[in-house]
Amino acid sequence: MSKYDYLAWLAKSGGVTRREFMNRAAALGVTTALATSFAGKAFAQEPQKGGDLKIGIDGGESTNSLDPATYLSTYIQTVGFQWGNCLVELDENAKIIPELAESWEPSDDATQWVFKLRKGVQFHNGKEMTAADVVYSINHHRGEGTESAAKTYLEAITDLRATDTHEVTVTLNSANADMPYIMADYHLLIMPEGSDPASGVGTGPFVIESFEPGVRTFATRNPNYWKDGRAHVDSVESLVLNDLTARTSALQTGAVHIVNRVDPKTVDLLKRAPGVQIIAVPSAGHYLFPMRTDMAPFDNKDMRLALKYAIDRKDIVDKILRGYGEVGNDHPIPSFDPFYAADIPQHNYDPDKAKHHFQKSGASGPITLHISNAAFTGAVDAAALYREHAAKAGITINVERTPEDGYWTEVWMNKAFCGSYWGGRPTADLMLSVAYKSDAAWNDSYWKREDFDKLLIAARGELDTAKRKQMYHDLQVMIWEDGGVVIPMFNNYIFAGRDNVAGLVPSPVLTGLRMSEQLYFTS
Amino acid sequence: MNAVLRLLAQRIALGAGSLLAVSVLIFLGTEILPGDVAQAILGQAATPEAVAAIRETLDLNQPAYIRYFDWLGGILQGDLGTSLANRRPIGEMIGERLQNTLFLAAVSAAIAVPLAVFLGLIAARFRNSWLDKSISIATLSTISMPEFFVGYVLIFIFAVTLRWAPSLASVYDSMSLGEKLYAIALPCATLTLVVVAHMMRLTRAAIINVMSSPYIEMAELKGVTRSRITLYHAFPNALSPIINVVVLNLAYLVVGVVLVEVVFVYPGMGQLMVDAVAKRDVPVVQACGLIFAAAYILLNMTADILSILSNPKLRHPRS
Repeated sequence: MSKYDYLAWLAKSGGVTRREFMNRAAALGVTTALATSFAGKAFAQEPQKGGDLKIGIDGGESTNSLDPATYLSTYIQTVGFQWGNCLVELDENAKIIPELAESWEPSDDATQWVFKLRKGVQFHNGKEMTAADVVYSINHHRGEGTESAAKTYLEAITDLRATDTHEVTVTLNSANADMPYIMADYHLLIMPEGSDPASGVGTGPFVIESFEPGVRTFATRNPNYWKDGRAHVDSVESLVLNDLTARTSALQTGAVHIVNRVDPKTVDLLKRAPGVQIIAVPSAGHYLFPMRTDMAPFDNKDMRLALKYAIDRKDIVDKILRGYGEVGNDHPIPSFDPFYAADIPQHNYDPDKAKHHFQKSGASGPITLHISNAAFTGAVDAAALYREHAAKAGITINVERTPEDGYWTEVWMNKAFCGSYWGGRPTADLMLSVAYKSDAAWNDSYWKREDFDKLLIAARGELDTAKRKQMYHDLQVMIWEDGGVVIPMFNNYIFAGRDNVAGLVPSPVLTGLRMSEQLYFTS
Repeated sequence: MNAVLRLLAQRIALGAGSLLAVSVLIFLGTEILPGDVAQAILGQAATPEAVAAIRETLDLNQPAYIRYFDWLGGILQGDLGTSLANRRPIGEMIGERLQNTLFLAAVSAAIAVPLAVFLGLIAARFRNSWLDKSISIATLSTISMPEFFVGYVLIFIFAVTLRWAPSLASVYDSMSLGEKLYAIALPCATLTLVVVAHMMRLTRAAIINVMSSPYIEMAELKGVTRSRITLYHAFPNALSPIINVVVLNLAYLVVGVVLVEVVFVYPGMGQLMVDAVAKRDVPVVQACGLIFAAAYILLNMTADILSILSNPKLRHPRS
């Protein structure tokens, strides 16, 4: 999708204001006349009320439960945002905006945060939401007994209490300027105190009428929904469509109005189908090849640099993502992040430099890359391209294909060199803490640097934005030149919809999970 | 008649014996699946204490044979256990899925079996004619294509291009019978195309085989018409092998349709079992395996009994 296409679509979906649209279109060199006529059409649309929305989402399993502690994949997360709300939500720039919390304030040292809750919000069962419900819901993911995947994010919380009927105070073991971002996580949906977490009762836009794990969920509009300008349709039917072809044909036949995870390989074919629109959202998600820096030969910095110069990123973005993505620069911070360091030189394909560093590393002989398509869509093909690119630098990469089943336990974080993906995190701090801090559970390159850890913790607690920006800049440089990951690309999230639905807010993180309350029919 | 009753009792006892043997195999098979169950439930969050706690609650510390008898005892009382992944009773999870699987299998069989037998009779009656050859070519080419491919071709033609039938076969409780039948039109057609060839070929072969018997020649000499000979003289005597192949195909319709379920997003047992294997949800895998085995054994037993009953030679064995 070209930048203008994307901007135009953003305008249609309400993602940019008219003024912003005109400015950005001008910056892209679009003539004012064209931009004005388009803006006239796009901004004339008002969200319509009513209609029965059908969505087809992948990643549903017959083992799913409505309990938010168990949420792992897209389908159930989308259902979660039908019945529930978080304290905060992310807008189209991945910035937090108020949801069930109206405002939040840090203490001077950023170790304590006070959330003021919205008043008069009712749960589906008629009970009014108060601070006690928030404490109950967050505690569901904390402490000894919990099996929640959100547990690790919340470990820094030492105390969580209701300090008023509509006020919650969170105390942390160390300063964190980004703490409220954690509250946007799809696990942390607010439930009534003492309720069964698997009951699906919340404050959300839709009330779950029937839930058949791995098959479908049917929900009707919550008549008392508190949020303005959201929840336009009367009902949402969410079908589990794990098979890519099933999703595509369901959309083409009109059996569903929108599907997620369209394969870049077939997107151009689908685009030509009548009545279908493609929605590609640039995201913080990225694909990578982690090297274990604690194992030979990747414990050598020259070796790592050799592999960073030996890949033709542009070629891979063109062939694997078919242009639906951006070139990466071996650090995980996406270009739209406020802390993105734009001045770091791009690692380009340079067989001579690669050869130089390879020889300097003293290594010889082939390198084995373990890969399977479980790592990311098209991973096996990407590995084959990588092998060809590296061969020109005199580096032999043996591509060893492994089964998809068991890839994440047997290969990832096990083999010295493999493929992987990250869905992206709302803040730079979360992304760096989850995969690059020395003691991070998912530090998949086993990269350990004390100065990095110290700076990361200091940056987390820093409330001065300018100072913070410099700190994140330095952190990105460290990963860029010394880290153990080759990050060739950031991928788009590609959705396809019927041309009579609109409204999806293109947040680059947690993309599309809140589509149920955003989408509306235009005809 | 006593001989028949004795024979029935014998077959049923044999069937029960096989099922017991299969239950041992299923239990052993899931025992040797790589990966510890407790480890699989906890995933990346596994700490030694948590693993130990889960092993304790699941009684994994008991010796295997004790767990086997516990499991078997539960099943005999109708308790299939609890899913590890979402803690729901397995009986409840499987109930609806099993109904769906049986519904699809029954509708497909109701179309496929009469169709196959009819085509087989026609092919045998007009043996080596263009009709016989075109029936053979058509059915053999549908069986030669993998079933998911047949499914996609049907989706492309009838769902995407012509819009006659839905590409998604999701069925749920609130649908009427008519809506359900419409929803499963394409998977049902796919399965029919896949199983017809086998049954049709065997019907044809069995009848042609009987047609070479001297008594058919006798009938021919008496001037009976060929159609009448095929239907009344040859067909009853060819029934035994036909019943066998029909029932084998029925068993396939119940236990072998995972791919078709995936293509059409049909909520049946196969999909459930695949999900459970991926999650290492062992009790669900065991329960599905046992139900599949029971269906297979039951249908085979029925085939045996029916073919004995339909064949006087086997019905009255010389003692």
